[in-house]
Amino acid sequence: MSSSTAEESARSEAAMLPSAAPVQLINELGALVPNEPGVAGKYPMPSAEELVHAYGKLVVGRRVNDQASALVRQGRMAVYPSSHGQEACQVAAALCLDAQDWLFPTYRDTVAVMTRGVDPVEVLVLLRGDWHSGYHPIEHKVATQSTPLATQLLHAVGVAHAAKLKGEDTVVVAMCGDGASSEGDFHEALNFAAVFHVPVVFFVQNNQYAISVPLSHQSVAPSLAHKAIGYGMPGERVDGNDLAALLSVMGAAVERARDGGGPTLIEAHTYRMQAHTNADDATRYRTDDEVAEWAPKDPVVRMKKYLTDAALLTDEAEAAIKEEAELVAATLRSGLNGEVKVDPEDLFKHVYAEPTPQLAEQAAMLRDELSREGE
Amino acid sequence: MTSVAAKQELDSTMPVSETPAQAAVQKNGQHNDGGTAVPLTFAKALTAALSDAMEADERVIMFGEDVGPLGGVFRITDGLTARFGEQRCFDTPLAEAGIMGMAVGMAMNGMRPVVEMQFDAFAYPAFEQVVSHVAKMRNRTKGRVSLPIVIRIPYAGGIGGVEHHCDSSESYYVHTPGLTVLAPATVADAYTMLRDAIELDDPVVFLEPKKMYWSKDNVDLKALNEARLSPEVPSAIGKAVIAREGTDATLIAYGPSVPTALAAAEIAAKEGRSLQVVDLRSLVPFDDETVSAAVRSTGRAVVVSEAPGFASVASEIVARVQERCFHSLAAPVRRVSGFDIPFPPPKLEHFHLPSVDRILDAVDDLQWED
Repeated sequence: MSSSTAEESARSEAAMLPSAAPVQLINELGALVPNEPGVAGKYPMPSAEELVHAYGKLVVGRRVNDQASALVRQGRMAVYPSSHGQEACQVAAALCLDAQDWLFPTYRDTVAVMTRGVDPVEVLVLLRGDWHSGYHPIEHKVATQSTPLATQLLHAVGVAHAAKLKGEDTVVVAMCGDGASSEGDFHEALNFAAVFHVPVVFFVQNNQYAISVPLSHQSVAPSLAHKAIGYGMPGERVDGNDLAALLSVMGAAVERARDGGGPTLIEAHTYRMQAHTNADDATRYRTDDEVAEWAPKDPVVRMKKYLTDAALLTDEAEAAIKEEAELVAATLRSGLNGEVKVDPEDLFKHVYAEPTPQLAEQAAMLRDELSREGE
Repeated sequence: MTSVAAKQELDSTMPVSETPAQAAVQKNGQHNDGGTAVPLTFAKALTAALSDAMEADERVIMFGEDVGPLGGVFRITDGLTARFGEQRCFDTPLAEAGIMGMAVGMAMNGMRPVVEMQFDAFAYPAFEQVVSHVAKMRNRTKGRVSLPIVIRIPYAGGIGGVEHHCDSSESYYVHTPGLTVLAPATVADAYTMLRDAIELDDPVVFLEPKKMYWSKDNVDLKALNEARLSPEVPSAIGKAVIAREGTDATLIAYGPSVPTALAAAEIAAKEGRSLQVVDLRSLVPFDDETVSAAVRSTGRAVVVSEAPGFASVASEIVARVQERCFHSLAAPVRRVSGFDIPFPPPKLEHFHLPSVDRILDAVDDLQWED
C-alpha cells in the first residue's frame, strides 16, 4: 500500500536527518531564497495573507518585549526574560496550532503565549510576582510557563499521549532552549514521544546561550536537530529569524503529527539579543561584535522588507499593526502599573483540593497575626 | 525480658488490625469468619484495587516498568494488561522521570494515571517531576489544574533486598507540600486505601511496605468497597486508627512498623503491660486528633518507624505530640527508628530495623513508677 511505503520512507534514516543547512525562505536582506526543488517542495512559502497576519504578531511581540523590559526597569515586574530577536520563533510556535492543540512554553516564551491569545496581563502575573501562573492552562490549552528546564517536554508528551488514547485530534508544540537539550528530561521526552508515536513537535530555540554558557559547551553534535535520528524521529533545522521558513517548517511538522506521523524535533537557529534577564550582565561572556553580527539578521526588519518589496504590506495595514502594538503596550502598562492586591489566604487555598487540618491551622494563625497588625 | 522464641513466633504471624471499614462491615453483618471473606494477600488486594478502579473508571490507566505482560516485579499489576488491553496497562521505556512527567501531562488531559516506581530508591530519578510539578501544579495554577496521579512505591526493608531496594523514603515526600502520602499496613487497607487514592483529585504517594506483600488476611472485597463508599465510614486518607486497644502506653506506627508494634504489644500483654497501637495509615494529611487523643489516654508514647530517625516522620510525630500532649505526658516520647545509616546489606538489616525487643526496651524506659 502507498501509506505503508510512505511510512517506510519516513522511517528511513535519510528522512530523519535535518537539511544540510537551516531552512531559509527569506534571507537577511529580505529577499526570496532560490531553494532547490527538494526543499521548496517540502517547505512552500506561506500565503501572503498568512505572512501579513504573522508579521502583525511579530511587530506586537517586539513591542511586548520592549514594553515588558521597560516595566522591569520601572520596578513594575520582578524580572523579564526577553525574547527580543527571537520573536519569529515565538509567533510561529503559536500560529502553527489550531484551537484544540496545546502549547508548552518556557519562561522566555511570553510572546508565544500572548500570540496564542492569552490575556497579556494574565501572562505576566508570573513575572510580576503576585502568583506563579496567571492564566487558565486548560481553557487556553497553554501549559504554565516552565522555569525548570525540559521538564515540560514530558508533560507535553503526556498530553499528546492522552489525546491519542482518547482519539482526540490534538497536536502539542513543546518549546525549550538549547541549554535544556542537555537535560535528562529532554532525552526522556523525545524517546517517550517516539516510542509511543505521539503527536508532539519539539521546538528548540537555539539562541546560542544558556544564560552565559555557549552552545559549544552544551553539545558537540553536528546540530541539535541531528539528535532526532537517535530517537527514530525526523529532525529539521530552520533559520529562527525567518518567519516564513518557521511557519512552513513548523506547519509541516504539525500536519505530519496530526496525520498520525508521530513526533518531530525542530531546531531554530536564532540569537538572544539581550541579556538572559535584567539581572544578567551579558558583557561578561560575549562580545559586542558578536551581538552586532546578529543585528542585521533581525526577524522584524527582514520580514518588513520582504513584504514591502513584494507590495504585500499596505500603508493602512502597517498603520493598523502599529496601532495594535501600541494598544497591547498600553494594556501592559495599565495592567501592571496599578498596585496588585494579594490575598494571603491564597497561600493555603490551593495546596490541596481540601486543605489539611494542619494548613487550616496555619491559615488561622496568619489570619490572627494580620488581625493584630493594626492594634 | 522478651524471649527470642516468642518474638519469632509473633513475627511469623500477620497481626490483624481492625479498620473503620472492617468494623463497619462487621456491624453490617456482611463480614464474619464464616461469611464471604476469603484469604487474600496484601499484594492481591492491591491488584484487586487496581482492577476494580480500572473497571469503574476508564480514565484510570496504569504504567511503569515491567508492569505490562510480566505484571510487575512484585506482580501487583498481574493480569491487568490482559484484561484491560495494552492501552490501559503498559510498559514504558526505562526512565522514571519520563514516567512521572508523562503522568503529569496525561492527568492534565483528563486521565487518572497510576504509576509504579519499581523500588523505593529507583523513584529518585523522578524526584524533580514529583517535587516541582506533581506536588505544585494545583497551587501554581490556583486550583485550575489538579493532578489525580497515584505514585505506587514498593518501599522499606525486611525482605533481604540488596542496596537501593529497601529505602524508607517517606520523609522526602511528606516534606513536600501538595503531596498526600499514604502507607497501608493491613490487607483490607491495601484495597480500601488504594481505591481511595485513585479517586482523590490530588496526587498521592502510595507507599507499599514490600515485606507485607505476602501477608494474608480474610477479607471480603465487595463489602470493603461498600463500606468505603458509605458516608458513615471516614476515608482512610487523613484518618489514623487504633489497631489495638491498650491503657499503659501508646505505640505509634505506620506501614511496615505496624506489625512489629502489634507483636510488641502482644508480648507486653503477656508481661502485664497494656500497650495501645496506633496505625497512622495516612502520613499526610496527618491525624493529630486521633494520635493526640491516644497519647493523652495513656500518658506515654513510643513512635516506631523504619526510616532513619533524624529529621523524619518519627521526629515530626514526637514534636507534634509534645506540643499537644505535654501536660498529659508522664515521660518523654521515645523513638524507635532505623539508625541514621544507609540501608544495610541483607545480612545486617535485622540490626537496623525496629524490633520487638527494641520497642519493649523503649517502653521500659518510659519512667514507670512501679
